Amino acid sequence: MKRHAELLLALLGVLAVVLVAWAVPWLRFVLTIALAKGLAVLGILLLLRAGQVSFGHALFVAFAAYVVAFLAPLLPETLLLLPVAALGSALLGLLVGLFVVRYREIFFGMLNLALSMVFYSVLEKFYAITHGTDGIRLAPTRFAGMALEGAAQGWSVLLLALALSLGFGVLVRLHLASPMGQALAGIKTREPRLEFMGVPARRVLLSAYVLSACMAGCGGALIAMTTRHVTPALAYWTASGELVFIAILGGAGSVLGPFLGALAYELTRVYAAALVADAWQMILGTVLLLVILFAPGGLWGMGRALFARRRAA
Amino acid sequence: MSALLEARGLRLAFGGVKAADGIDLAVEEGEFLAIIGPNGAGKTTFINMATGYLRPQAGEITFRGRRILGLPPRRIVRLGIARSFQLPQLFTEHTVLENMALAIAAREGPWSPLAPLLRPAWRDEAMALLDSFGLAPLAERRGDALNEGARKLADIAMAVALKPRLLLMDEPTSGVAAADKMAVVETLARVLRQSGVTAVFVEHDMEVVDRFADRVAVWGQGRIMALGPPQAVLADPQVRRDVIGILPEEAAGHAPA
Amino acid sequence: MADWLAQNGLLLGLATLDGLSNAAAIFMVAVGLNLVFGVLRVLNVAHGSLYAIGGYTAASLGLLLAASGLPDWLAFPLLLVAALLVGAVLGPPIEKLLLRRTRQHEPVLQLLITFALFMILEDLQKLVWGVQPVVNDTPLRLLGTVDVPFGADVIPFTTYQLFVLPGVALVTLVGLAWFLRRTLAGRMIVAVTADAEAARAMGIDAGRVMLLTFTAGAALAALGGALASPTVSLVPGVGAQTIVLSFAVVATAGLGQVEGAALAALLIGLGRAFAVYFEPELEVVIPYLIMVVVLLVRPQGLFGVVETRRI
Repeated sequence: MKRHAELLLALLGVLAVVLVAWAVPWLRFVLTIALAKGLAVLGILLLLRAGQVSFGHALFVAFAAYVVAFLAPLLPETLLLLPVAALGSALLGLLVGLFVVRYREIFFGMLNLALSMVFYSVLEKFYAITHGTDGIRLAPTRFAGMALEGAAQGWSVLLLALALSLGFGVLVRLHLASPMGQALAGIKTREPRLEFMGVPARRVLLSAYVLSACMAGCGGALIAMTTRHVTPALAYWTASGELVFIAILGGAGSVLGPFLGALAYELTRVYAAALVADAWQMILGTVLLLVILFAPGGLWGMGRALFARRRAA
Repeated sequence: MSALLEARGLRLAFGGVKAADGIDLAVEEGEFLAIIGPNGAGKTTFINMATGYLRPQAGEITFRGRRILGLPPRRIVRLGIARSFQLPQLFTEHTVLENMALAIAAREGPWSPLAPLLRPAWRDEAMALLDSFGLAPLAERRGDALNEGARKLADIAMAVALKPRLLLMDEPTSGVAAADKMAVVETLARVLRQSGVTAVFVEHDMEVVDRFADRVAVWGQGRIMALGPPQAVLADPQVRRDVIGILPEEAAGHAPA
Repeated sequence: MADWLAQNGLLLGLATLDGLSNAAAIFMVAVGLNLVFGVLRVLNVAHGSLYAIGGYTAASLGLLLAASGLPDWLAFPLLLVAALLVGAVLGPPIEKLLLRRTRQHEPVLQLLITFALFMILEDLQKLVWGVQPVVNDTPLRLLGTVDVPFGADVIPFTTYQLFVLPGVALVTLVGLAWFLRRTLAGRMIVAVTADAEAARAMGIDAGRVMLLTFTAGAALAALGGALASPTVSLVPGVGAQTIVLSFAVVATAGLGQVEGAALAALLIGLGRAFAVYFEPELEVVIPYLIMVVVLLVRPQGLFGVVETRRI
């Protein structure tokens, strides 16, 4: 029953996003970025279930974004670029994951951070290939063979982002209820018991890690196609911190949390930046503090509590 | 006929303390073997070595004729040796039912990534097992919301759900209320006999040992001091002085005179 | 090899000297971070901001001093004053109002609290000091340079970077080691680090120890920033850079280690300096490579658990 309620809410959310993007065209860009980040945050949520915090998932976002930037001139087709970039991130995730799943907690977080910073400085320093901090500009890509311009192009990426969000949301929801997802949560509380039951805990964590890298890759590819400009800042550690921020803001209790959090985050950011250009970080930081102090379940938890109270009344 | 589990010459020292100082033990198929002895004698260490958690410095362990030393715990459990813990190891953020279902899932693996854990077949099996341990009413409670006795039972039930050939239990009745103790062991013994599971259990309650064990091994300073049927071993004057003598009154008082 | 040395000997010497002064500043930040982690069990992401604010405060006070006409040598005690000021003003409120209130929360939430704080302090610092570089190198100029003999050559190097920075770091290292082992307060910190519950049961006021440790950690970070401020120009983002560097030092050293932090800071400081002179592309990467390699070989960090006791 609860699963159906979540699906209904998700579909309503999709409708709301489409309506807002239609009514306020300049928000279309913001919404697309929010959904892209939401996808990456969905991966963070998966790892949070295992009690692990990655402070380096921007690595996979940035990697996919640069894959898109490098391949776009050769392969200017959105529907091919995206899966290639996501697959690339998943493979990188496998490689990195084989190393980092041996560590827990702070060491897990710091190793992720370290590896993303290594990638950041590679992007920044090898100017001949990456154009350093100037980054790379992308020409528009085709969508299913069609050369779309302006608004149509924007809509195509937004709808793609919506479809991916819905698809991965359902996938992760099912996965979390499966033995694999439940064992993942077991890593958080009683990892040794898993081993004594015959479950290879590291492999469980690794598969979650690869899935999270893949979703971060989808997010990165969408960001590259929306902003059409990729820079090393995508991989900086603060970008990874932002993903964890959104996960907590949205709430880790539901797969809707990451998207709720990402939308709230991006909208707050846009309006805060417009309101006080120099202090938007301060406003976001304050919001995060308030959420943790007064609503540790995040926006999703807050909404549920409100709903429960109304029903009880 | 060869033994189900056979340990030969196990040695392991932590610093200067000899936790295993030449352990030789053969566990026969189908028997209930009790391990008794004072704290620090190396009883838990033996279970830890047999399940791959600790590696002895010397010696050999075979299970159904196969060498298992050096295998990690998850391999050993797949061969058919499960264990329960002195301090119950439940997944504290999962319900008791989910804990059981996870154990069943672990036994049944490999897993399809999208099918739910609480599928009807596993749910039914988990409930049936919980029922036989009298835990069914607690099925929806979280692992960290149980009292010590219930946690202990759930911990054992999880190990039983793995359907092992050999079950190693570390103080299965500690924490269980004295009034319930015999009933609990009765149930446990019935479940194990029904499914033909061989059991080794570390126990401090001599009444439990006397009633349920086929054989008793007495541990002392990393060695086996005595081994045999309970009546004979518990009557041995040296065992009575060294082991039972330091146990609580009730247990000592019950041993045959 | 001999040829290469003859050609690059001077650079090698310069890199070593740079690396030492670099390591000294990193150590000051990382050791505070490590102390705080040991006692409070939270990795303080805002620790780098305290470094930056310490640096800015020292620079501002230094510029005020220069304008006031008071004797120049006051610039040195002023560095310490700036650090104590930042530690005393920011440390206690952060610990009391934020960390203490969330001690029962999950660790990830505590980590995020410090991340939020980092975001707030970064902007606050931009609002107060602007985005233009702030420079005050009075302490550097006052002491002049010394000629360091290196083989047949001499390397002119600032006295400040050669003696003051490493000197203060060394005093901090020895002082902390002595404090933690020989004084009652220090042993309380060690006890809480080892087991906060047991320490409480023994009658130690763990809350007070946490407050003092956090304040001391904040002051150490600010002191690192204040000491480094004469040698760099302060710009936004320096806090973000510093904190990841200290993370690398702490993870390399092993959590909760004082002596380990010194060795790791030395490794990473020297590594970075050599990179700057010989492979500039690698400068940013080196600390993380060192950390990754160390953790591959020793998953607990250089001094994790076995060697020197945890503080």
